[in-house]
Amino acid sequence: MTRINVTVDGANYSDEVEPRMLLVHYLRERLGKVGTVVGCDTSNCGACTVHLDGRSVKSCNVLAVQADGHEVNTIEGLATGGELHPMQKAFHEQHALQCGFCTPGMIMQAIDLLNDNPKPSEEEIREGLEGNLCRCTGYHNIVRAVQAASGQQPAEMSGTTEGAAS
Amino acid sequence: MTTMEERPTKEVGSARLRKEDDRLITGRTRWTDNVVLPGMLHVAMVRSPFAHARITSVDTSAAKSAPNVVAVITGADIAEEQGGLPNAWMTTPDQVSPAHPAMAVDRVAFAGEIVAMVVARSAAEARDASELVDVEYDELPAVLDLKRADSNESLAHPDLGTNLSAHYVLDSEQEGTGGSVEQAIEEARTGGVLIEREYRQQRLIPAFMEPRSVAVDPTSEQLTVWSATQVPHFVRIFIALVLGVPESKVRVIAPDVGGGFGGKLQFTPEEALTVIAARRTGKPCKWTETRSESLMSGHHGRDQWQKLTLAAKKDGTVTGLKVELLANMGAYLGLVTSYIPMLGARMYNAIYKFPAYRFECRNLFTNTTWTDAYRGAGRPEATFAIERMMDELAAELKVDPIEIRERNWIKHEEFPFHTVSGLTYDSGNYEAATEKAKQLFGYDDLRAEQAKRRQAGDPVQIGIGVSTFTEMCGLAPSRWLGEQGYVGGGWEHAAIRMLPTGKVEVITGTSPHGQGHETAWSQIVADRLGVPFEDIEVLHGDTQIAVRGLDSYGSRSLTVGGMAVLAAADKVVEKAKPIAAHLLEASADDLEFTDGKYGVRGTDKTIGLGEVAFAVFQAHNIPEGVEPSLDADATFDPEEFSYPHGTHLCAVEVDTETGGVKMRKYACVDDVGQIVNPLIVAGQVHGGLVQGISQALWEEAVHDEAGTLVSASFVDYLLPTTADTISFDIDHTVSPATTNALGVKGVGEAGTIASTPAVVNAVVDALRPMGVSDVRMPCTPERIWRAIQGGGGTAPTEGAAMPHFDESDVADRSEGAGQ
Repeated sequence: MTRINVTVDGANYSDEVEPRMLLVHYLRERLGKVGTVVGCDTSNCGACTVHLDGRSVKSCNVLAVQADGHEVNTIEGLATGGELHPMQKAFHEQHALQCGFCTPGMIMQAIDLLNDNPKPSEEEIREGLEGNLCRCTGYHNIVRAVQAASGQQPAEMSGTTEGAAS
Repeated sequence: MTTMEERPTKEVGSARLRKEDDRLITGRTRWTDNVVLPGMLHVAMVRSPFAHARITSVDTSAAKSAPNVVAVITGADIAEEQGGLPNAWMTTPDQVSPAHPAMAVDRVAFAGEIVAMVVARSAAEARDASELVDVEYDELPAVLDLKRADSNESLAHPDLGTNLSAHYVLDSEQEGTGGSVEQAIEEARTGGVLIEREYRQQRLIPAFMEPRSVAVDPTSEQLTVWSATQVPHFVRIFIALVLGVPESKVRVIAPDVGGGFGGKLQFTPEEALTVIAARRTGKPCKWTETRSESLMSGHHGRDQWQKLTLAAKKDGTVTGLKVELLANMGAYLGLVTSYIPMLGARMYNAIYKFPAYRFECRNLFTNTTWTDAYRGAGRPEATFAIERMMDELAAELKVDPIEIRERNWIKHEEFPFHTVSGLTYDSGNYEAATEKAKQLFGYDDLRAEQAKRRQAGDPVQIGIGVSTFTEMCGLAPSRWLGEQGYVGGGWEHAAIRMLPTGKVEVITGTSPHGQGHETAWSQIVADRLGVPFEDIEVLHGDTQIAVRGLDSYGSRSLTVGGMAVLAAADKVVEKAKPIAAHLLEASADDLEFTDGKYGVRGTDKTIGLGEVAFAVFQAHNIPEGVEPSLDADATFDPEEFSYPHGTHLCAVEVDTETGGVKMRKYACVDDVGQIVNPLIVAGQVHGGLVQGISQALWEEAVHDEAGTLVSASFVDYLLPTTADTISFDIDHTVSPATTNALGVKGVGEAGTIASTPAVVNAVVDALRPMGVSDVRMPCTPERIWRAIQGGGGTAPTEGAAMPHFDESDVADRSEGAGQ
């Protein structure tokens, strides 16, 4: 067992962990941060994406001990003071989620994408999110949500002529 | 029957943002794997690596002495108490089905079947110890090839004496719904056009994003089961029937469920076994699968060979269609495995006026993971076959593929239309949808560009694919299901509780797992009761709350469940009426209910439904003999299926030098009847499209020659990403359903059904000048390249699926690939 000190969503935690414990298991099983989920065993799906010192990582691909002394941010810490993060808001407004299982990882990755490239083209958005799988949305509205969050007006969605009411 | 037009529509039809989203975007979610209970233990399954083998011994001693292991349970330990897993569909009266224990006792019939389970204090310890269970096997010959299965040269289940589970026939001449196919074929052979083709529906995996998970708490009066399932009500009944727990002692909860697509329409071995683990240990137990387990042992979909014979006159009028299917059941019959191909039996005639039709299907066992529902279930296969055939007919006659369809489809003035397969389509307008789709797509411009590139000999060619479809959805009238050998019904239940403060609880028997029922049902009730959208709470997925229900699958939730909600709302309005009349000191006959208020005709006296609810709560002043409650239950059993339809157009760019395919444009116009929420409908269409496109281009579950699933991770099973897909142009026409008061048709499966043939037709269209008339799915660059080179485009996926195996191994398989 190894002692680690980690800041997660702004709070400090100190724990003894097995060296083999994955960061995602530490978050879910030890801290109860179950907003971050596990979708595969091969680091393909990206459902477990969190930020480590401000950069996106697949938390199934990081050991808990590697987070020692670092800062982790999850989907649960994104909304501050009752205000949704603009990316969360965009996912809601553009109907970019259905079952919602991939959503935490998708949102965390999308934020990272915009941190790197504040005004990405559709192609850049598509390339930037290709490590995150979604089975419900066909990605169409996820791309639109990232466009909206970046302040770029997404193309009018055909077939929804009446426009969105909140 | 009232229709939507007769009352003000405010919420229904508006693009309401979803109520469900807030917790899902903030991580405030309740997935089954999140459940943690005092003293909870964790279950790991030991699975067979062999496709067919006798179990000769199971040594659990090492696993039992591993750290923090509480129990190790084998098939022999629970042989008496585990019962058999259910098949709910007697496709034919003489259907053959093997016994299906949740845990194999003496023989395994597919690689991935459970042979033991370990219960330990942590999931990691359970998994570690599961590797210490030492199982000895005697391998048996495995049946893996679907066509060879039919020869019975070896048997998937030797005790059955055959691999044939059922032989189902639907013949229009016998049914009296049409003429003789053989006669049509004979006539076409001499003086018309006869198209004969064989298509492969490859095996797919539903691949919902949330892995399956079950948590069982045996410590309260009711056994409480959380499961990542589409069908909590089914799970409750089957825990009772299979494990002998009184139904009244079982509570099943489907909390947040991360997708299903038919893949969670099952009563699983793992559900039964986690219950057994909890009962044996007396402690809460949880099992959560790994992705590899999910891909290997969660049921698969499709997997058919389709032999098709289409007879037509020289002017393109189709005179008959004969369909001969081989359908792969896999090793067992799951919940509805046996009837999946038959859900397509009435759909091969699609939107067309074929005068003669015959459908025949042989359900065969193999030693592979069992197949069952996957989005569309039987109807994508049917649509693919007929839409590929219509393109072949168009090519044969050298006419535009849209024109050939138009020559054969049902005209809008011909509804209601009795089809050759015995269904009655209530409404539709194929002309309008197709015209709109052509405009949206820019059909003529793309055809012009295609001609130009062909003429120039451009290495990158354009292909344009057309697909029209209809489907029977909203499973289904209970009486019809009974006639077809299904053990259950097709009704749905809803209840509405009027709370004293004017808030409304809507309880639905449907079990959403991404579809947005909380939002859509709120819209329906808001209009009907005249209460604000925000004041409505939709409850579901817990059998102690939604006490009756038949859950969500087959595009049934709105057409059946939504109608039950509507009926319950109408009952509330009726129940409140005498009380409102009493409070207004008027006669109930003089009252009218509008916008949430009862008013006395000819006066300005009104009382709101919320006020009546509070008066009922007080019960101080209600009329004599009237029950002090406004709550209402309703059960709706549909009279008919609903028949959405659509026209989908796809343009691909095919690099003839590499075989690479790039999607250029995809446009579709679906007619799903009245639309309750256009945002949700669009989302359903987008997601459906990608799943269908993915069958055409990317996905396939591949077993090696030993029966091991080699595509058992997301490294090998190719799910598309953002980078593989494009944005879509979608639109709608609206032909309201005439068989339900909402005028709605299903939408969940539409995109998946129509898109697969649109894409393959586009790929083939690009290659047709090179003499190519088919490319087998998934249309990989390799297959396309081989097709261009003059053959091999229809070879099975083998070598290409396993690039990480030994070089020599790959070479061996590649040589056999052309067979």
